[in-house]
Amino acid sequence: MPSPAEAPLLETQNLERRFGAARALRGVSLSVRAGECHLVVGPNGAGKTTLLRILAGLARPTSGSVTRSDGRRSIGLLSHQSQLYGDLTAVENLAFAGRLYGVAEPTEQARARLASVGLAERADEPVRALSRGMVQRVAIARALLHGPRVLLLDEPFTGLDSQSSELTLRLLAAEQAAGRALVLVTHDAQEAWELATHAHLLVRGAWAFSGPREASLETFLRRCREATHG
Amino acid sequence: MGEFLRVALAVAAKDLRVEHRSKTALVSAIAFAALVLVIFNFARDAAALSREALAPSVLWITFSFSGVIALNRSFALERENAALDGLLLAPVSRSALFFGKYLANLAFVFTVEAVALPLFVLFFGVDLTGVVGGIVLTAILATLGFVAVGTVFAAMTVRTRFAELMLPLLVLPFLLPPVIGAVQVTARLLAGRPLGEIAGWLRILGFYDLVFITLCLLLFPPLMDE
Amino acid sequence: MSDALAARRATRRGLYVTTLGLLGLAGVYVLALRYTPMERFQGLPQKIFYVHVPAAWCALLAFSLVGIASALFLWLRDPRLDLFAESAAEVGLVFSVVMLTTGPLWGKPVWNTWWTWDARLTFTLILFFLFLGYRALRGALQDPDERARFSAVVGIMGLVLVPFVHLTVYLFRTLHPQPIVLKPSAPSLPDEMLRTLLVSVVVYTVLLLGFLMTRYGLGTQARLKGGDHAG
Repeated sequence: MPSPAEAPLLETQNLERRFGAARALRGVSLSVRAGECHLVVGPNGAGKTTLLRILAGLARPTSGSVTRSDGRRSIGLLSHQSQLYGDLTAVENLAFAGRLYGVAEPTEQARARLASVGLAERADEPVRALSRGMVQRVAIARALLHGPRVLLLDEPFTGLDSQSSELTLRLLAAEQAAGRALVLVTHDAQEAWELATHAHLLVRGAWAFSGPREASLETFLRRCREATHG
Repeated sequence: MGEFLRVALAVAAKDLRVEHRSKTALVSAIAFAALVLVIFNFARDAAALSREALAPSVLWITFSFSGVIALNRSFALERENAALDGLLLAPVSRSALFFGKYLANLAFVFTVEAVALPLFVLFFGVDLTGVVGGIVLTAILATLGFVAVGTVFAAMTVRTRFAELMLPLLVLPFLLPPVIGAVQVTARLLAGRPLGEIAGWLRILGFYDLVFITLCLLLFPPLMDE
Repeated sequence: MSDALAARRATRRGLYVTTLGLLGLAGVYVLALRYTPMERFQGLPQKIFYVHVPAAWCALLAFSLVGIASALFLWLRDPRLDLFAESAAEVGLVFSVVMLTTGPLWGKPVWNTWWTWDARLTFTLILFFLFLGYRALRGALQDPDERARFSAVVGIMGLVLVPFVHLTVYLFRTLHPQPIVLKPSAPSLPDEMLRTLLVSVVVYTVLLLGFLMTRYGLGTQARLKGGDHAG
């Protein structure tokens, strides 16, 4: 277990995100350390995706700070959409990402990554021809290619068949065991409960509660229900 | 500087590779340019206006309209699957990303122009001996500028519902200075005027390019910054 | 004081200034029709000049305000700057339409032509299209932050474009002199005409300010109501 004295890989303080009168995030703070998995749940429109985008560096907060241990390089993002070019093959997509991140020998690395997610045989097909589950695997491989310390995931299990979900869970568990940190946004806490070390509920842009997760999923779900309907 | 170019070239290569896979956009843009030339041949009163008199205008309207049409695809391909997020996530300068897109668009538009120019010579019977170099230089100078502006606007209009309409609406006012300059230079070249007369216009074109390429490089990062 | 109340007061202040401007405009009409000498060759229609020229000036001023507010917005990201730019663009559109309609109204009786490509008319026509494009883009974008950022870039680029358009159109015209030339700002204006023109310019500027303040106030009220829709 990482010691509490270790510096966080990703930290935010008092994030505010608003434009004019509408406020998407209010006073959100988060500290993520190696080996942790932070579950972020909340109703639709609570601001989960906004939070993730700010953590990834795609959006700027109106006020508050975001500190990453190694800049944008330390972050990998797996979002709803695959971020892949349908006309290019899986290898070409990953090799391009590798070039952007300055990875050495991008094509070889790309093939290795694709092999590690079990897609070595389909690596030279256009992404357009792959199934949803396979596209997800390519997207994970892409997110991990440059060796990010923190993985941000936006509903990674949505729309996946059970085999792909299983595979995704195993991949994430392996990353976590290797010392990566995960921030996982989901509407279904059960799917990732076994990985989670911390659990947070975001309601209308602010934490309803936040901290290390309790032992039982049922307790957590009850607390969520109370907080959103209370 | 090295990093900037490395990233830009990677992005440009990727864009061109994607285009190479389907090729539809390039073929369509070239076909469009050819059709515009054909229409121009018929859309005039042959008795009143000679082909030579109209030639510079025809050339430049063809080049600029085909160029603008071609720019939409530049960011349309990033929109699918939110690939643009993938670009913006990377720890690279956004100006470098823009420059890569810009280079790919230049390659695309130059290709269209390279096909349209011989077609223009063919359809309009224009004699370009001795002035081909001048025409090509003018084309390069004018294109450098409007493709920069068009690339930035394409990034914006791709998020709108009527991108195909919005992009020309926004870009055409910006085409005015380069087109005015290019037509003036082309007309003089075709009429065999001495170089001294056109140097001033070429300088204006060059200055426009310098100003707008720089401006686009500076404005692209805040544009992308949510 | 609550935001809504402050916004209503801002709108009302704007309306006061606008009323002041409109009164001034009435005064300009009186000044132009009664107290300014008739131009010898053009006659009565020439007096449109006192409405036509200041409108062009205000359109350009509004356009510059859009550009400057856009640049400040990209730097400071204050939504009020975005609202200011939006308001200035709308006001500028109005003034450019005034200029473009009074031009033909003047040109037809005096020179028997509805339109000439003289430098000022052409220039204002381009401004008109830039204003239109700016508004069209805003109308086509839903997210308020995106709308503000994107239109800010258009505003800045438009402002940088303006000197190039001015230069190339001017050069184009000196090479192709039109048979009829609107010469509104001939330096040989007699004193009374110059005086009326200057008064008109001041009044128009007051009107611009009034319209701007009113539009800004109305925009603030609309945004407060939670309707952050395209405007």
